[in-house]
Amino acid sequence: MADIEVEIVGAEGKLWSGSARQVSAKAGEGEIGILAGHEPVLSVLKPGEIRVFPVGGGQPERWQVEGGFLSFDSNHLTIVVDDAVAGARPAAPTAH
Amino acid sequence: MAGQQRVYRQRIRSTQSLKKIFRAMELIAASRIGKARARVTAATPYARALTRAVSAVATHSNVSHPLVTERTDTNRVAVLVVTSDRGMAGAYSASAIREAERLIGRLTEAGKEPVVYATGRRAVSYYAFRGRELAGQWTGNSDAPSVETADEIADALLTAFGAPADEGGVSELHVVFTQFKNMVTQTPHVIRLLPLEIVDGVEPLADDEIAPLYEFEPSPEDVLDALLPRYIRSRIYTCLLQAAASELAARQRAMHTATENAEDLVRMYTRLANQARQAEITQEISEIVSGADALAS
Repeated sequence: MADIEVEIVGAEGKLWSGSARQVSAKAGEGEIGILAGHEPVLSVLKPGEIRVFPVGGGQPERWQVEGGFLSFDSNHLTIVVDDAVAGARPAAPTAH
Repeated sequence: MAGQQRVYRQRIRSTQSLKKIFRAMELIAASRIGKARARVTAATPYARALTRAVSAVATHSNVSHPLVTERTDTNRVAVLVVTSDRGMAGAYSASAIREAERLIGRLTEAGKEPVVYATGRRAVSYYAFRGRELAGQWTGNSDAPSVETADEIADALLTAFGAPADEGGVSELHVVFTQFKNMVTQTPHVIRLLPLEIVDGVEPLADDEIAPLYEFEPSPEDVLDALLPRYIRSRIYTCLLQAAASELAARQRAMHTATENAEDLVRMYTRLANQARQAEITQEISEIVSGADALAS
């Protein structure tokens, strides 16, 4: 299966780029998962998590973003983020 | 005569210490310029992604947006002047201000009312000295502008553009900044940022490329709404970064020339001091000789 070229850019520079099998993010109309061959899409990003699944499988790279947008066409995905923090979402405080 | 020699020696000493300062400033500018250029390069992917997305929306939908439509209800126009905080950069700030003044003159002739926004202490003090009012000013960090500063400026200008005519709204936004072409050429440049002319900015597609048919989520209007302010911010940030790189290049060149001039001065004063010393010796000898002659006769 084909891979997608991912580029994640912030205002001050490129944050990450490379190939991925799948990318999921929180788009304007809910969670969106992008695989190779997805139709061209241009969407607003909502505050949430971006997950980039590497080609060979394994743990996804994660970023927490405040907003931005993503554009995908011909297997090239560009994600523009406002404020991104690498890493998993901090664990929700457990109720006692 | 001995007094003259001392004066020259003093001048040589002070010129030498000035030369050290100039040399230091040249080296500082030279070391920072690489970083400034790297920041320009680093910001390019963001700007490019935004431009592509904006042109994609523009070509695939006929949505109109306040930021792309001409305003006719007011004749006030905003002019943002980007200069440096400190001098010692040759004609850098002066030529940006001169370009801005020319633009303001043109706008006034066209029956518009320019409202000036300034970044950098040089522009702020220029307008303050002439008693002209600034609608907004930002100082500090002109040689390493941050995204936050750019956002602040963009927010202020977007607010002005969105404000009603009787509350200080403006119908256009022009930016005067110094474009960094290379290490020796930086030219003042004027761009009209608002209202946006998207049609001109669309990237032409290669022959074998077909413009992708995008799906917009949630809707073209919402996407445009999110894109355009970001686009403006990124454009302003790019302008600031270019200006910073130009400022450092101008400073490096100015300080290099200053160092060379100081060297010339030191050389000249050394010659004059030597001349004075010789003159003094000659005079002493002739005094002794003529004294001896007077006694002998």
